Amino acid sequence: MLSYPTVRASLLFLAIAVAGLFVADIAITTANPWRDLGQFFIGVATPNFFSTEGLLTALLRTVAFGFVGVALGSFFGFLLALVYRFLPVRIFCAFIRAIHELFWALIFLQFFGFHPLTGVLAIAIPYAGIFAKVYSEILEESDPEPSRLLPPGTSAVAAFLYARIPDCWVQIRTYTAYRLECGLRSSAILGFVGLPTLGFYLESSFSQGMYSDAGAMLILFYVLIATMPIWVRPKLLPAYLLAAPFFLGEGFPIVWGNVQRFFTEDIVPFPIRNGEGLTGLSSWLGDLMITEALPGIWNTIVLTQIALVATGLLSLLAFPLISKHFGGPVRRTSGHVLLVIARSTPEYILAYILLQLWGPSMLPAVVALALHNGGIIGHLIGRQTNTIELRPDAPTGFTRYSWELVPRVYRSFLAFLFYRWEIIMRETAILGILGIYTLGFYVDSAIQNIQFDRAMILILITASLNIGVDVLGRTIRRKLALQTMPTC
Amino acid sequence: MITRQIRKWLISGVLALVATSTVNAQTFVFTAIPDEDETRLVERFRGIADYLSEQLEVDVRYIPVKSYAAAVSAFRNNQVQLAWFGGLSGVQARALVPGSEALAQGVEDQAFYNYFIAHKSTGLERADKLPEGVRGKTFTFGSKGSTSGRLIPEYHIRDQFKEPPESVFSRVGFSGNHTRTLRLVESGTYQVGALNYKVWDKELEDGNINTDDVKVIWKTPGFPNYQWTIRGDVDDRFGEGFKNKVRQALLNLDDPALLESFPREGFIPASNDDYEPIRSVASELGIID
Repeated sequence: MLSYPTVRASLLFLAIAVAGLFVADIAITTANPWRDLGQFFIGVATPNFFSTEGLLTALLRTVAFGFVGVALGSFFGFLLALVYRFLPVRIFCAFIRAIHELFWALIFLQFFGFHPLTGVLAIAIPYAGIFAKVYSEILEESDPEPSRLLPPGTSAVAAFLYARIPDCWVQIRTYTAYRLECGLRSSAILGFVGLPTLGFYLESSFSQGMYSDAGAMLILFYVLIATMPIWVRPKLLPAYLLAAPFFLGEGFPIVWGNVQRFFTEDIVPFPIRNGEGLTGLSSWLGDLMITEALPGIWNTIVLTQIALVATGLLSLLAFPLISKHFGGPVRRTSGHVLLVIARSTPEYILAYILLQLWGPSMLPAVVALALHNGGIIGHLIGRQTNTIELRPDAPTGFTRYSWELVPRVYRSFLAFLFYRWEIIMRETAILGILGIYTLGFYVDSAIQNIQFDRAMILILITASLNIGVDVLGRTIRRKLALQTMPTC
Repeated sequence: MITRQIRKWLISGVLALVATSTVNAQTFVFTAIPDEDETRLVERFRGIADYLSEQLEVDVRYIPVKSYAAAVSAFRNNQVQLAWFGGLSGVQARALVPGSEALAQGVEDQAFYNYFIAHKSTGLERADKLPEGVRGKTFTFGSKGSTSGRLIPEYHIRDQFKEPPESVFSRVGFSGNHTRTLRLVESGTYQVGALNYKVWDKELEDGNINTDDVKVIWKTPGFPNYQWTIRGDVDDRFGEGFKNKVRQALLNLDDPALLESFPREGFIPASNDDYEPIRSVASELGIID
């Protein structure tokens, strides 16, 4: 078995994660974690839909921010995809998507404040970077044959519209619809930093232990996501898109002087603002690196590696839940429900809930990341096994699982996992805002101390780390000859 | 034809977006640091908004925010003109907004103090100084930007142990606000915590604390804390003498229910210089540049 490169890679990552467990802080620190968890489930079982007058408005805002953000992101992403072959464009896109929506929101909050633009841009900018990459991959893979058959003199635009787009239209549409779902999740969590979406009320109810109120919000959110195929119809889309900007809420007027101040003063490193020159800057940077950046990077990497392997293990355990090769329709339906809940709850919300219940350590973060990402990969792999036809005399039970199915899906499983590596790291960094000592913790501290120069440097470090992992993930996928379609 | 229609819609959509965002230009908006349970804050400050609106004869609106920094940023960006800040957030805000002034503070804010509290499992008892026994325990601050939840406790920890909190305690966390610090230490999630005495006293009075599980182990010396701070440019925007009207309205506030919601005995005049001790401690700890 060791002669397979995929097995060797898996064992290497497993070993790193196990080593990580020895240095990671994975304690449960609450005195009564199970009682709290029980109270939470009782809350979900007895939802109170009438707690906040603003609940429906928050739901509406969540949808509005999601639609406007994703629409703008997809529009600009498409334009960028057309010029994606130029290296500067690729670097630019990699950079804007390496910064998490919440970090973008925290940045815009400093100069746009509570204006709808803050939330819209926080979604649109990183999404444009992702759309650009995926659209360009889709366009690249379209069949070149039709354009060769066009008569000479056909304009480039016509050739593009009539020979390229039709071939990949379905893929573009499917992917965009899928990102819309991601957009709703992103929109919901923006509430955690103060925008008027669902997360705003979820955070309030949770931090006050009002689990029935929080339960109601979670249920509404699942219903919203699960019913998307019903209410998101191609024919209705233009109407939604036109209406969405009107439902973003009023916010407060933008003061343009604030924007200028942010870029010309706030983010200029303190020693330079203070006229201390390069010597001042280097000692300031050195201090920042040693006291904040390095511990943050270390914790981010440790947590990412543990969460990555936990995600992998959970996906392998979860996919039989929806596979037609195991169990009857009842088991599969409940499996579907479980996986839908796991993957439609944003990691941030899962981690927030678990942190409240178990206390601050890396454990809630690992479990949250594994549940959400394992839910997604488990779903994709499970669906893939449904296309596999086994011989009528194929073994059953555990032998079927381990000798028939896992080997057949293992390569695509690894492909998905390495694809999500960068996404897991992006989330790991952001979970620091919740009090785990990853890079996000230090970014949040800098912002809380109104030291935006420090915050910006730490965000740039986070972005570089994500880009590094993205490149590494792609290299490994290429080395192992793994192919995949993107997920979010 | 259709494209023209769509273009018209789009343009009106954009215009509406712009229009709705400037409609509230003459509303006097204030915020407060989120130092306690949000339900309680919203209740308290809606009452204040009604009171100020009546006294000042302008629309007054309170907006809740999610962090101390968000309150400071909203004040700095002129999206709110008045704020109920803690000692530290007030110092930060006034440094960022030239011309802004501390208007009024609670009677109790002249000499505010903190409690260090401990879970029963630690066996720690109340003492005249921070007990040596807290070493090696788990500890939670309140919010990162809080005066009584972060700045003052950290100052005293460093002063007594000559070490940063991370080396004194086995685990250091930030609960988010005072109410949560109380709940987390009461439930044993953290063994020791530091919080604002007002929150402790009020919860105790309301019967919300199980004193078998959690007790006060040390009371800090006094320091200046909460205050109302207003931007310097409000007179330009709301008319000559507006700032004084706001100050008078706050000083005259005598509705017992409103005062009880803070809880403060009443408000007295304050000045920027009153908060110099806070500024120098924050600067010493590197929290402000």
